[in-house]
Amino acid sequence: MLGLAVAAVAIFGQGDRSFATERFIVVQSTTSTDHSGLFDRILPEFQEKTGIEVRVVAVGTGQAIKNAANGDGDVLFVHDRIAEDEFVADGHGVSRADVMYNDFVIVGPPADPAGVAGLTDAVVALTRIADSDALFASRGDDSGTHKAEMRLWRETGVDAVAASGSWYRETGSGMGATLNTAIGLGAYTMVDRATWISFGNKHGYRAMVEGDRRFFNQYGIILVNPHKHPRVKAKWGQQFVDWVLSSDGQTAIASYKVDGRQVFFPNARRVH
Amino acid sequence: MGSFLASLGEAVGLILTGDRDLLEIIGLSLRVTLTAVAAACVIGLPIGAVVGALRFPGRSLAGVILNSLMGLPPVVVGLMVYMALSAGGPLGPLGLLYTPTAMIIAQTILVTPIVAALTKQIVEDLHADYAEQFASLEVGPFDRVVALLWDARFSLMTVALAGFGRAVAEVGAVIMVGGNINHVTRVMTTTIALETSKGNLEVALALGVVLLTIALIVNGAVMTFRATAARVTYA
Repeated sequence: MLGLAVAAVAIFGQGDRSFATERFIVVQSTTSTDHSGLFDRILPEFQEKTGIEVRVVAVGTGQAIKNAANGDGDVLFVHDRIAEDEFVADGHGVSRADVMYNDFVIVGPPADPAGVAGLTDAVVALTRIADSDALFASRGDDSGTHKAEMRLWRETGVDAVAASGSWYRETGSGMGATLNTAIGLGAYTMVDRATWISFGNKHGYRAMVEGDRRFFNQYGIILVNPHKHPRVKAKWGQQFVDWVLSSDGQTAIASYKVDGRQVFFPNARRVH
Repeated sequence: MGSFLASLGEAVGLILTGDRDLLEIIGLSLRVTLTAVAAACVIGLPIGAVVGALRFPGRSLAGVILNSLMGLPPVVVGLMVYMALSAGGPLGPLGLLYTPTAMIIAQTILVTPIVAALTKQIVEDLHADYAEQFASLEVGPFDRVVALLWDARFSLMTVALAGFGRAVAEVGAVIMVGGNINHVTRVMTTTIALETSKGNLEVALALGVVLLTIALIVNGAVMTFRATAARVTYA
């Protein structure tokens, strides 16, 4: 049936001529960079300079890495250092570079049933949430945020996943969907600050736990390895990586603000 | 509720003032879905008619399979098409992943069983009326199928509309194979999903109302055409 469908579409669809911009790359990235509006701010600048269109597929970091490992993307722009290094070690990526960082926060309902508001220690806060009757909503989807959350739980010594279904709720969804669910349930959840600031359905929720250095959230960029995946547009992909790491790209990232607040902080090491 | 009405007003305003982004999204939705429905009809009508009109071994099994495939979950179809079109997949060299063509392929697969199964039902019923006549005139199988499809053409428009409704409303398949890329593969349903995940619930709902209105217009247009054509034919 797939064959029939492809044949029929070839006859009826007449390809994608109206969309054919030959000079484009596909970037596998995360929802936090896309939904916060960062790409809308910085990509036009890159396209104007190079004529290369950047097509962003915004999914969780786990899925973005898998898509890129299948060769379905030219550049990977995500936030899970351990998985990124593995991706390069497995030969899927050429090399990895730091791009920018922001931080996570734990947001919670106005009533703050676990009494964590104002805490600056993530581990203490999570332990308190686990010990109270309060609910916690987890991404549960292998995303960068989910992995970071799991690392923090490991430090608390609480086996949150064992409590899944009771006070610990795994949504298995993206950040936005998880925030909507958490707010519907009155649950706490962990979110990167960019997504949180630009999120539109807060319902009195606010950032209650912030400032722990373990909330540090580093984003990295990787050119997908053209020797492993021959369809990768290595030249244009490399141009994009170079631009993001250049002073132009870093300045563009720093200048992006949501509600007057900077949400991503560039920290590329090789600024040229 | 107040902010929903404001969002709805805003969405309608964007359409009336010809907002390029929103019109582009609506246009792509219609292009993808209508192409998929057309392709699904080309494949599904003959299949449905053959299963409905002719007697052959395994016919009832074919009917059961068609009916079951109507329940294909969009996300499963999306996954199948993704794996086929992925760079390492069998159709990877075509470079179709994350293009509107990929979305059309996915929706065609989703809609074809609906068209085929409903066509089978309509043709089967009609065939019951025609069977004696066919037998006395010694009509061959090909001519039977063609005659039944032609005589059922007005009912079959409703079949196409059922397929359209399924395709225009689904998000699971197109978001996976299209990637919801701005200005390239973003359609109404993926925009609604995106706005929901940004927490812009009123905007998402307003876009949902716009989508519903478009479906209403398409349905109205087809039903009007059907009524007019039927009147001309049978007058």
